[in-house]
Amino acid sequence: MTEPTIFEISSPGRTGVKFQASDVPQFDVPKEFLREQLPMPEVSEIDVIRHFTRLSQLNYCIDTGFYPLGSCTMKFNPRINEVTARLAGFGKVHPLQPVETVQGSLALMYDLQNWLGEISGFSGVTLQPAAGAHGEYVGVMIIRAYHKDRKDSKRTKMIIPDSAHGTNPASSAMSGFDVVAVATDNNGNVDLDSLRAVCDDTVAGLMLTNPNTLGLFEQNVIEVVKIVHEAGGLVYGDGANLNALLGVVRPGDLGIDLMHFNLHKTFSTPHGGGGPGSGPVGVAAHLVDFLPCPIVGILEEGSEDYPPLYGFVEPAKSIGRIKAFFGHFGMMVRAYTYISMYGKEGLKNIAEGSVLNANYLMTLLKDTYKLAYDRLCMHEFVLEGHWPDAPEVHALDIAKRLMDYNFHPPTNYFPLIVPEALMIEPTETESKQTLDLFADAMLKIAEEAKTQPELLKSAPHNTPIGRLDEVKAAKDLVLCCWIPEKNS
Amino acid sequence: MFIPNTEAERDEMLQKIGLSRIEDLFSDVPKEFRYPDLNLPEAVSEMEALQNLKDLAIANDSTDDLICFLGAGAYNHYIPASVDAIISRGEFLTAYTPYQPEVSQGTLQSIFEYQSLVAALTGMDVSNASHYDGATAAAEACVLAYHHFRGKRTKFILSRYLHPHYRETIKTYFQGYEKIQITGDDAVEGFQASEDLLKLVDTNTAIVYVQYPDFLGRIHDFKAFAEQVHAVGAILAVSVNPLALGLIKPPSEFDADIVTGEGQPLGIPLSYGGPYLGLFATKNQFMRKLAGRLVGETVDNKGNKGYVLTLTAREQHIRREKATSNICSNQGLIALTSTVYMSLLGKQGLRQVAKLNYDKAHYAADQISKLKGFEVLDLGAFFNEFVVRTPKPVSELNSLLLDYDILGGYDLSKDYPELENCMLLAVTEMNTKDDIDYLVEILQEVSND
Repeated sequence: MTEPTIFEISSPGRTGVKFQASDVPQFDVPKEFLREQLPMPEVSEIDVIRHFTRLSQLNYCIDTGFYPLGSCTMKFNPRINEVTARLAGFGKVHPLQPVETVQGSLALMYDLQNWLGEISGFSGVTLQPAAGAHGEYVGVMIIRAYHKDRKDSKRTKMIIPDSAHGTNPASSAMSGFDVVAVATDNNGNVDLDSLRAVCDDTVAGLMLTNPNTLGLFEQNVIEVVKIVHEAGGLVYGDGANLNALLGVVRPGDLGIDLMHFNLHKTFSTPHGGGGPGSGPVGVAAHLVDFLPCPIVGILEEGSEDYPPLYGFVEPAKSIGRIKAFFGHFGMMVRAYTYISMYGKEGLKNIAEGSVLNANYLMTLLKDTYKLAYDRLCMHEFVLEGHWPDAPEVHALDIAKRLMDYNFHPPTNYFPLIVPEALMIEPTETESKQTLDLFADAMLKIAEEAKTQPELLKSAPHNTPIGRLDEVKAAKDLVLCCWIPEKNS
Repeated sequence: MFIPNTEAERDEMLQKIGLSRIEDLFSDVPKEFRYPDLNLPEAVSEMEALQNLKDLAIANDSTDDLICFLGAGAYNHYIPASVDAIISRGEFLTAYTPYQPEVSQGTLQSIFEYQSLVAALTGMDVSNASHYDGATAAAEACVLAYHHFRGKRTKFILSRYLHPHYRETIKTYFQGYEKIQITGDDAVEGFQASEDLLKLVDTNTAIVYVQYPDFLGRIHDFKAFAEQVHAVGAILAVSVNPLALGLIKPPSEFDADIVTGEGQPLGIPLSYGGPYLGLFATKNQFMRKLAGRLVGETVDNKGNKGYVLTLTAREQHIRREKATSNICSNQGLIALTSTVYMSLLGKQGLRQVAKLNYDKAHYAADQISKLKGFEVLDLGAFFNEFVVRTPKPVSELNSLLLDYDILGGYDLSKDYPELENCMLLAVTEMNTKDDIDYLVEILQEVSND
C-alpha cells in the first residue's frame, strides 16, 4: 500500500486551522519584502489526521512489539512521563523568563544534575547536550580544555577501541584530535599491550564504552584506566550502555573522568523515530570548572521558611555554550519522573533485569548461533548471523525474516569487529514470555536458513512494503517532493 | 511497574543460565565497587510522582499565568490540538530511527514530507532531516563551510545580530581549530550595517552568517550583500525564523547558500528551551556535504514507492572519523511536530498567522511610540519583534511588569552594551488587542513611579 504525500492530497483553498480575524489595524508589508509564492500544501484537519494516522500505522514501535536493537536500549516508555512533561508549568514556560518565575524548572534541573552525578559517581553534571553524540563532543572539548589549561600542548591523540560506536571517532576528529584505534583481545576486552604501545605523552584521552559494544564488561577496567592516567591522559566513558550498570557500579568509582548519559536510552525518554535525544555529561571533580555554561546552581541558600533560590552559574573555565538555552528540558522532566519512581533502592533492578534478560536470551540462542565471545554478557550480546552450511544466508536476511515473525530485527553489522553481527539488547522491560517467543522465532529462522534459504533472501513478506532499493535512492536522490522554480 | 518478570520467573531464568543468584551476573564488576549506597530519594508511586511534578510545575509562572511579550529566539504561538494528537501516537513516539525501512515507512515518509515542506518554505533545494536546534544548526553550517574549503579558508564572519547564543555556540564548536578566525560581531558605535560586514569579506572568507529577521526583529534585503559575498566565492548562510517566511520573501530570493533556523515557532511548545528543532536547508551543490540524516524516495522489490535513509556514507556509523559530522540523531518527533503544524496551517494558515504577528507587533510599536519616555527605535522593516528604549533599566521595568502579570521583553543590554535600557518586545497571534493595550497602559503607569 502507498500513502500519497501531503502535497499530493492538497486541494486549493483548504486549510486545517481557523485563526481569528485580526483585532488590530492592518499594516502593509513593504513590497520589496512581501512573499508572492508560498508553495505549501492546502489540506483540511481531517485530511491531516487521517494522513498521519495512516502513516503511523506503517511503523513498528515498542508499543506494538519487541525491539531488541543492540546499543539502543529500546525499553518501555512510561506514559506518566508524557503527562508530566506536558504540565502547563513545564510546557508553557519561556527559557528567558526571570529566574524568580521558573524556580520549579530550575529545582528540577538542579536535582537531576545531582541525581545523575550520584548515580554515576561524578561531581558535576551539565544537562545542556542535545543528544549522546553532542555530549561526546562536549566531553572531547572538555578534555582539550583540561590539557590546554595545564599548558600541555602535546596531547593530540585520542585512543578509541575498535569496538567503539562510530560517534566516538567522529566526535574526536570533529574536535581536531588524531584518532588511534586499539584492538580487542580474545576475551573481548581492550588489548592491554596495544593500549600500552600507544600510550605516551601525546595521549589526550581514551574513549571507553563499558560495557563495550560486544555487551561485555571490561574485565581489566581498573588497569585500563591506570595505564591511560599514568600516561597523563583522561578516560572518557561512553554512557550508551549505562543501563547495565545502574545501581550496580558507578563509572566514576572505577576512575573514569567524564561520561555522557543518554536520557533517551537509560532513562526511558521516548526515541521518537530518531530523536530528540538528551545527552547530559558528568565529570569528576578535576573537570567541573570546564563544564559548558550555564549550569544550574543555588544563588541564595534556603532556610526553614524559604526554599533556596536557584539560578544559573558559569563554571570558572567553562568551554562555553554548546546550544541555545539550557538543553532538552522536556526530556529532563521525563527522566526525572522515571528516576523518582525507581528511587535509591530500585535503580539496580533495571540493571539486574536487563542483564538477566540478555543472559537468558543468549543462553537460549548460543547453541544455534555462534556467539562472538562466550562469557557472561551484560545488557546485550552479539551473535554471528551466518552458518557454513547455509552460505548464501547473511545477517541481513535473518534480520528481514524476523519482521515476518512480528519482531523488530536486532542491530546488524555492528560492532564491525564481529562478522555478520547481530547485536541483541532485550532490556529489562520485556517478559520471559516475550523472550521465549523471540528465541523460538530465531531458532525457526536458523532452521529455515538451511532448508528454505529463499524464504530469508526474499524476506520480509508480511510488511507494508518489501525490501527497498537503496542503490536507486542514493543514485536518483529524490529528497523532496517539491521542486523549486528557479529564479528568472 | 515497568519490569514485568516475577521473582519466580527470574529464578527460572537464572537456573536456565546456570546461576543461582542475580549478583552472580555481575562477577566481572570489581567487587569493591559493587552495589554502592546511592544518596537518592526513596521510590515513589506514579500518583506521588505526578503530585511531586505538579508541585514543581506550579512553582513556575507559565504563559497561561502571564501575558507574554518575550521572544528573542523562542516564541509563544498557538499550537492546534491535532498536533499533539498525532505526535502522542505510540507508533511515532516509541519507534527508533528508521534503519529498517520495511517497518518504518511512517517515520520515513514523514521525514520526507518534512524535508519537502522545509525546502518549500525556505525556497531551498534540499533540507536534511533536522538538527538539534537553531544554534547547533548554525554551528554545523560553519563545519560544512570549513570542509567545503578543505580548511583552507579560515575566516568566519558572523553578524552581530545573529542570535547571541548561536554566535557563542559556533565559537565553542571551533575552539579546537586554532587557525579559524571568527569575526564580525564586535561591538560598534550605534548599529552595525551590512556594509560593515562586507568590509571584512575577502578571499579567505569561508562563510558569512546573517539572521533574517535578525535578532532585533529587522527584515533586511540581502540581495546586493549576497552578490558581494559570492563575488569572493564565500558561502552566505542565513538563520531564519520560519514563521516569518509565511509572509516575507524566502532567502532563496537573495541567493542564500545555506538556510538554518530555529523551528520552534512551527508548533513546538516553549518547554523552557527545548527540545526544539534545527532547520538546515541548502542549495543542491552542498547536498553531499550536509550533516545529519536524509530520506530519499525509492521503490521496493515489487516496484512500490517507498522511502529510505540515503547518502549514509557521509555519516559517522559508516565513515567514523571521516564523517561529515558526529551527529547520529535528528529531532525525530519534533520534526514531525513541525510537519503536522505546517500541514495543518498550509498556504493560507501560515500566511494568516504570519500576518497576525506582523500586524499586532506593528500596532504595539505604534502605541508604545506614543508613550512619554519610551522610544521605538526606527530600524526599518520588522516582523514580530522590535526594540524599545525605556526610561528605566529593562530589568527593573520587567520586575514591575511582573506584578501586573506581564512577561516583559528581552533585556538587550546584556548582549549589546550599546543598547542600554533597550527592550526587545515580541508580539504574536497569542496577544489580543486588549493585551497590547494593557501592556501600553501598564508601561506608562510603572514608568511614572
